[in-house]
Amino acid sequence: MHELAITVIGPDRTGIVADVAEALAAVGANLTDSTMTRLRGHFAMTLICTGPTAAQAEQALEPITAAGLIATVRKVEPEADDRPTGEPYLVSVHGADRLGIVAAVTRVVAGAGGNITDLTTRLTGPLYVMVAEVDLPAGAADELAEHLAVAAAELGVDVTVRRAESEIL
Amino acid sequence: MSDPELEWAGPEGRVLPVVTAPASVLGAVGEEVDPTDPEVVRLAADLVSTMRVSPGCVGLAAPQVGVGAQVFCVDVTGHPKAATTHGTFVLCNPKIIEASRWRPGREGCMSVPDLTGDVKRAGRIVVEAVLPGTGEPVTVATDAFEARALQHEIDHCAGKLFLDRVAGAHAIYQRKVYL
Ligand SMILES: [Zn+2]
Repeated sequence: MHELAITVIGPDRTGIVADVAEALAAVGANLTDSTMTRLRGHFAMTLICTGPTAAQAEQALEPITAAGLIATVRKVEPEADDRPTGEPYLVSVHGADRLGIVAAVTRVVAGAGGNITDLTTRLTGPLYVMVAEVDLPAGAADELAEHLAVAAAELGVDVTVRRAESEIL
Repeated sequence: MSDPELEWAGPEGRVLPVVTAPASVLGAVGEEVDPTDPEVVRLAADLVSTMRVSPGCVGLAAPQVGVGAQVFCVDVTGHPKAATTHGTFVLCNPKIIEASRWRPGREGCMSVPDLTGDVKRAGRIVVEAVLPGTGEPVTVATDAFEARALQHEIDHCAGKLFLDRVAGAHAIYQRKVYL
């Protein structure tokens, strides 16, 4: 089974998701995991699909790239279903925008063995906000919080580390 | 329903400019205050006056007007999500002593004007604090939206914003409509 990683980025307008999904469905692509958002007004979609070859998918997406969007298609090896095994934490960072906030904070997280599973950053006016979902090895949270406090003081930003809750209903 | 002992009946205050993030005062733990200090009463009055002229504002804490102190005002009267309401009141040195019935909800902040976020807050709380002016200790038990507003303002007094409590990486939103 071909597994493809596809990205579509470009100026947002109504109907892009429908166009992409239709084009891929037409070559028998089954969308498995996908995510789409708007980043400073740009349409941004990333997805994994199975079915067509990379060449078939590229051809199917041609009308979309012709319309001004950037699409990339890459064949990827199927991943083992490696569900996070650590403890889920949330890291919030906010402060004055400056170079290197994400780099510095995520390096500290990586140093603690934390795996970032989801990340959003927003710049609104002078305020930079980052929220990361992190899987941490058991017992690593306190030390991570200490190291992040040091990094935050150097960056002049506020950092909060807290356990992510999930109730199963 | 207003509690006559809790309800703010102080002097008219000044309307102060509201400080927005990333101002450092918003991230600093506020100082405990002497509630009988005339400066604190004046601050309380300023908070109420500033809240009243700000459309959609249901609460304001001292750090939001640039003062690192544990003082805030709240008024959720008439809000559709409110159940118990105590009118306009100002509390100093607040402490949450009971919190239960945690529920998610979307909230914004005058100090973070462009974003909102999903934050889990207790739907029932009991807060101990002192009143500005008399310094009288009070215990406020409330629920629903007033409880959320109190927790948001008490966070401000501790140097925390809703951004420090959002429920996940996809739980912050660009504000589309200014309330
Ligand atoms: Zn606020």
